[in-house]
Formats: sequence, C-alpha cells, structure tokens
Amino acid sequence: MEVTLKILRFDPEADKSPHWESYAVDVLPTDRVLDALGEVKGKRDGALTYRRSCGHGICGSDAMRINGKNRLACKVLVKDVAPVITIEPMKGFRVIKDMVVDMEPFFAKYRSLKPFLINDEPVSKGERRQSPAARARYDDTTKCILCGACTTSCPSFWADPDYVGPAAIVNAHRFVFDDRDRAGEERLALMNGREGVWKCRTVFNCVEACPRDIDITGAIADVKRALLFQKEGTP
Amino acid sequence: MPFVHRYDCLIVGAGGAGLYAALALSQRKANVAVLSKLYPTRSHTGAAQGGVSAALGNTEDDNPDWHMFDTVKGGDYLVDQDAAEILCREACDTVIELERLGLPFNRTEDGRIDQRRFGGHTRDFGKGPVRRACFAADRTGHMILQTLYQQCIKNDVTFFDEFHVVDLILTSPPPSPSPLQGEGRGGGGRCAGVVAYRIADGELHVFQAKAVLFATGGSGRMFKITSNAHALTGDGMAIAYRRGLPLEDMEFFQFHPTGIYKMGILLSEACRGEGGKLINGQGERFMERYAPTMLDLAPRDMISRFIHQEVRAGRGVEGKDFVHLDLRHLGEKVIKEKLPDITDFVRTYMGLDPVKDLIPVQPTAHYAMGGIPTTANGEAVSDEKNTVVPGFYAAGEAACVSVHGANRLGTNSLVDILVFGRRSGLAMADFAAKSDFTPLPKDPEADIRLRIKKLMAGAGTESVTAVRSDLQAAMMDDCGVYRSETGLKKAEKAIVDLRRRSAYLGVSDKGRQFNTELLEALELENLIDLAESTVASALARKESRGAHAREDFPKRDDGKFLSHTFAVKKNGAVALSYKPVVITKFQPQERKY
Repeated sequence: MEVTLKILRFDPEADKSPHWESYAVDVLPTDRVLDALGEVKGKRDGALTYRRSCGHGICGSDAMRINGKNRLACKVLVKDVAPVITIEPMKGFRVIKDMVVDMEPFFAKYRSLKPFLINDEPVSKGERRQSPAARARYDDTTKCILCGACTTSCPSFWADPDYVGPAAIVNAHRFVFDDRDRAGEERLALMNGREGVWKCRTVFNCVEACPRDIDITGAIADVKRALLFQKEGTP
Repeated sequence: MPFVHRYDCLIVGAGGAGLYAALALSQRKANVAVLSKLYPTRSHTGAAQGGVSAALGNTEDDNPDWHMFDTVKGGDYLVDQDAAEILCREACDTVIELERLGLPFNRTEDGRIDQRRFGGHTRDFGKGPVRRACFAADRTGHMILQTLYQQCIKNDVTFFDEFHVVDLILTSPPPSPSPLQGEGRGGGGRCAGVVAYRIADGELHVFQAKAVLFATGGSGRMFKITSNAHALTGDGMAIAYRRGLPLEDMEFFQFHPTGIYKMGILLSEACRGEGGKLINGQGERFMERYAPTMLDLAPRDMISRFIHQEVRAGRGVEGKDFVHLDLRHLGEKVIKEKLPDITDFVRTYMGLDPVKDLIPVQPTAHYAMGGIPTTANGEAVSDEKNTVVPGFYAAGEAACVSVHGANRLGTNSLVDILVFGRRSGLAMADFAAKSDFTPLPKDPEADIRLRIKKLMAGAGTESVTAVRSDLQAAMMDDCGVYRSETGLKKAEKAIVDLRRRSAYLGVSDKGRQFNTELLEALELENLIDLAESTVASALARKESRGAHAREDFPKRDDGKFLSHTFAVKKNGAVALSYKPVVITKFQPQERKY
C-alpha cells in the first residue's frame, strides 16, 4: 500500500529551523513505521536520521511522535496510522538532527534518583529471599526501557524542564518498593522536592504513551502515598 | 589532531559482557571507561527473554556437571570442556551475585530464585528435562542489562555513549600492503588502544589503554531473517579480523527455530519450556518423530532443521515455509504471568492472541557461536597455539572461548556473558596493575580517516541498502540452516561481487553530525568481511556438526573435523588452520534427544 510520511526534518548544519517534508512510499500494511522510515532512508534520502536498534520494542531507541502521539516507530504498524503518517521528534528535548534528540538531560534525571539497589548488609549464603508477593509489588516498574516517551508527553515537563519527570520516578519506584533495598527514604526525600512527584497533575499522558504498558500514574501515586504516610508518621 | 584519551582499561560494548567486566573493574577500583555505539540500555542483551541457566537446584535436583554435559553435547562435542566446566561452575555464583545486586528474578513460594525448563538442559546426563533456567518473566536479558548498568552508575563508571569503535591499535605490525583494507597489520602485536568515531559530531577519538575488551556482540544482520538488532553488525570481530587476528568457528551460526514468520522477531524458547508445542501443517506434533525424549525441547539446531524438513516434505502450514507454535493449552494465567512480552509481540506484530490462536513461526538467524578466539580469562589469541595478544581481550558473542562449540544451548549466552565478562574484567585489572601503556604509533587514526574520506567522497553508484540486502539474501539462501558445496560456492562468488560493489558505495549525507548513513556503510563493510570468513570456514568443513549442516556431507566426522577452525585474512584471501578440541570428561557420542 502507498502511504505518505510527513516528516519534520532538521539538519543542524544547513537549517535554521525545522521544516516538513513529505514522502510517498510503498509498504506492506503490516510493516512497522520503522520499516517505512527505512524505505525513505534507503531509497529516497540517506540523510534522514533516527535512532533504532532492536526493531521490536525492547531497546527503547526509536521513540518519536507519530500522528501526534509518542510511540516507538518499531511498535506501530503502518495500517494502524495510514494513509498519512506525521512524524516528529519527541517534544521537550533539544533536537540534534531530524528525530534524534539530546537524551543526556533525561539520563541525568534518571541517575539523580539513585536507580540502583542499595543494601550493604552481608548475605551469608545464597540469594536474598523475597516472597512472590514482595516481588510482585514492583514488577510493573521493572519493565521500563528508558525510551523517554512518557516524560516527553508530560505537560508538567513541557512547562518545567527541571521536573524529574515520570521515567525517573518509575525507576526510583522500582527500588523504593523492592523490600531488598535500604535507601527508600533517601529516594523519597529526593522525590519530595520542588521538582519531584508533586509536579505530577495526573494527566495520564505518560500512561498512554508508555510502550511497555506501565501504570506510570499509579506508580507516581504510590510514591505520593508513601510520602504522605511518612509525613503522618505511620509506616 | 584527534582527541586522545587515556584509561588503564577500556571496554568496547555495553551489553552484559562489557558491563559485567566494567563492574568487576570498578569493584577493584580500576581506572575504566566504557564505549558504546548505542546508549548502554539499548544493547541487545536486553532482548534476551527466557532465562540464564545455573544448576542451583532450587526446584529439583541439579548439579553443574549435568549442565556441563548438556553444554558439551548440545555443542556437538566441539566445546572446549575445560572452558565449559568453568562456565557451569561459575554460573551459580554469578547468578547469586546478580540477585544480590538487585536483579528481580521470579521467586519460588519459599522466596528462592525460580527456575524453568529450557531446550537441551537435562537431569542426570540426558534422562529428561530439568528446571535450570533462572528467569525474570520473559525479560531476563532486560533485567540483567538494567541491573548491571544500574550498578555501574552506582560505582561511577565512565561512559562514552554513542562512540562507534572503528579500529584496534596493535603495535609492531608488518607494513600494510593495502592501507584501505588495513589487512596484515596485526598478528603478534600488542594492543595499545582503539580508535572511535563520535557519532554526535563525526570526530575521531583515540583511546589509549593498557587493556582493551571487545564485547561488541554478534553479527546476525548478515542474514535476511534475523532476531538480531540492527546494531548487530559484528563490528569488533570484523575489526580484529582486518587487523590480521583470527576468527574461530565462524561457520557455526545458530538459527533459532521460533522467529515470528517473515519478521524474525524472537519468540523465546521459554514458550516451549513452559509447555508450548510445535505443530506442522497437518496438525501433527512432529517433534515426537525426531526427538522422543526431549520433544520440543531438543536443541535449537535440530529443531530448525526439522522445521525445514517438514516444510520440504510439504508439511508446512498451508504448504508454506512455516509451522505453528501452539501455546493455547497453557492457559491465560501462565501465558500472562510467565510470557507477557511474547504475548505483546504476537499481538502487536501479528494481531494474534496466543491464548486462542496458533502462532506462525520459522527459523531465524540468532547467534554466532564463533568469534575472536580467547582463553578462559578473555585474553584474545593470535593463532591456534593460543599465543596471547597482550592487552587485547574479548568476551560475549564477539568472542569464542569456546563454550558453545557447534551449537549453543538456550540460556547459555547469558551465562557466557556474565561468567566470561566478569573473568575478563578481573584479568584486565591484574594485567593493567602490572603493565605500562604501549606507546601509540604515529597517526593511529590515519587508516580510518582515509576510509571515511573515501566513503564520503564515494562515486555513489551503489547504495548501502541495496548492497546490504543482497548480502543478507545471499547468506540466507546459501549459508543458512542447510548448506552445500554448490550453494556455498555461489555465496562465495556473491560476496566477492558485493565487495567489489562496496568500493562504489556513496554516502549522500555529507554532514558531520549524527551521520547514520556513514555508520551503516562502515557496518556493511564489517558484515562483508564476516560473511567472507563464515563462508570460507563453512566450505572447508566437509561434515555436519551442530548448526553447520552440509547436505553433501550429512554425517559428523570426528576423524577429520573434531577441531576448531581459525580463519585469518591474508593477502586478500582467507587462510584456514585448525586447533584440536579440549576434551576432559565427556568423549564424543552420537547426539540423540
């Protein structure tokens, strides 16, 4: 089938500002949008630039705005967005070239909330035990692939680029609610700050954008609740 | 002048092997940096699904000797048994360490790491399937990658993200006959560092290091149907090969039996580990005929061949080149809880529901058993006498220890990257502590600068996309699940032709910033070199063993071929030599399941 890709192009070495270009390409209905982009890059304009790697929604490289919504280009089939497919970079990050944005501030926020297990207690033998129920408590937030789709769909982030954003909170949640971790209080304190969870206005854009179906607003609510209980002095 | 950096230890590649090495080095307080052409969390380790084997015996009796036997037999006796013994013993400690570092494994009722069945893993030397694969739902690789990256952040490891390695700096080489190919400049040298291309601005950076680890992953993108990420273009292997170092056992490339039809996306062996069945066009569970004990959990090389045989006999579904994977009888609860990502893939890409529908599958190019030959400490060797190249290490899919022999068992790739990634890191720490930097040669980036200049100025009559898809088709058709002299000769000729065409590649993007078209051209050259070594090795191995199935030589021939192939680039051709397999505990037997 023939589809038209309407792509917001930006070449930092030639353009002052982004501009739209349209390409008609012949693809299968079941092709991924990533395959359609490959058609343009391979046959029409080799300079079209986007990140991609795994091609099946696991590595998180190819998040972009497709028909106005943040999606992974490898997880959207052409038939579901045809016949005219608009493609733009994620909103809120500096555009480097075409779909490629500067992810550094995003990863800096992720790192700022200590996204790693902290527990220096010695274990005498074998694994630390954890019940299936305790494991289930943080299962959902272990799925995050750090693609950035949630954070760049969040109006609170657009309005305040210093807000840590949903992705960083999701990754902090993963440790706060892991009963093997010992630094929950530290992370909760970080998220209680000016640029923390209270910036979330529960718009649910992040939940809609997440290619891993993580209940992000739910995770943020978990963190808010933990902070409230903490304030009242109950565990 | 290029930018010059200095680190005691340098890791190239940020998948499981590279990150575990970096973590081990950071635990030793070594001076270490990691280069990755992607962001580390994009590495292909993250796509591994089913599990990582370790004979913990958490749910039933198991021991590392059984795991070792399965690994040796699964590899059709081409496995070096001293290395396999290390793999299976250290698997247990490594998995426990990962748990303590935070990996969210699924749990048993009493809170231990849960374990599931996987192909070729048996109890008591082949008596029946055993639960050995430790898992985190069907995203075990994702959790390994995340956990290792998280701990590297915790330990302040330095990362150079989106730096594409383009050359290996080896000293005291003989003069290069052809600067563009750079061949003949390796063999017997000492490693001084690497040259990398910063994707953000197109600048070349020289990294001087006492010890360099290539953990650059596999090369599945040389085939048309593959489970591999676009990034898997065998960069590290190809760079070592162009620098005159050997590649071991390149003819052994694993086809995983259950790729999504036409797309190649992997549907984990965990599907069958949980009880899924393969069904042919006549509704028959055909594995009953081929492997009466292990059934659908026979090793991957065998099942891929049996699927081909079913298709050839006209028993493919609708007479086409695929069969069905049936998960329906597992029920919604098991599918949802233990195979959630698989369910998502099947829904997204095929519009099917594994609870109700049969899933069309076909073999997909999955894993390079071969690679840069190394010792069990990750030290790269330059010949079949195991002469170590001081300062140069390799681990993971880019390396060949060899623990997978002629066919890797499911889950053993994750065991490999963890055990040998860690061992490499520790060996590098020791080496760096007692060694000095090797002085850099004059203009170490001159060769690559010339190559990039040539590509950028290229006549442009050939496109990267066209040459690459012709290569992928040639390899799929003539160097795939089944091979023959006629087919391989055809592939050999095709590769010569593709190499000629690649001299006319044009890069239309003339920009310096984020020039992914140039990167793809460089990656394509890597794939051509690896295809060349693969086909040459396959032509010479006139037997069938593991993943290398010759229609004209259908039997294994231990008399002639119980040995590893070493392929070296010499004067524009491939020179082959052989190294005996290390056999300690298990004598070769006929392989039945």
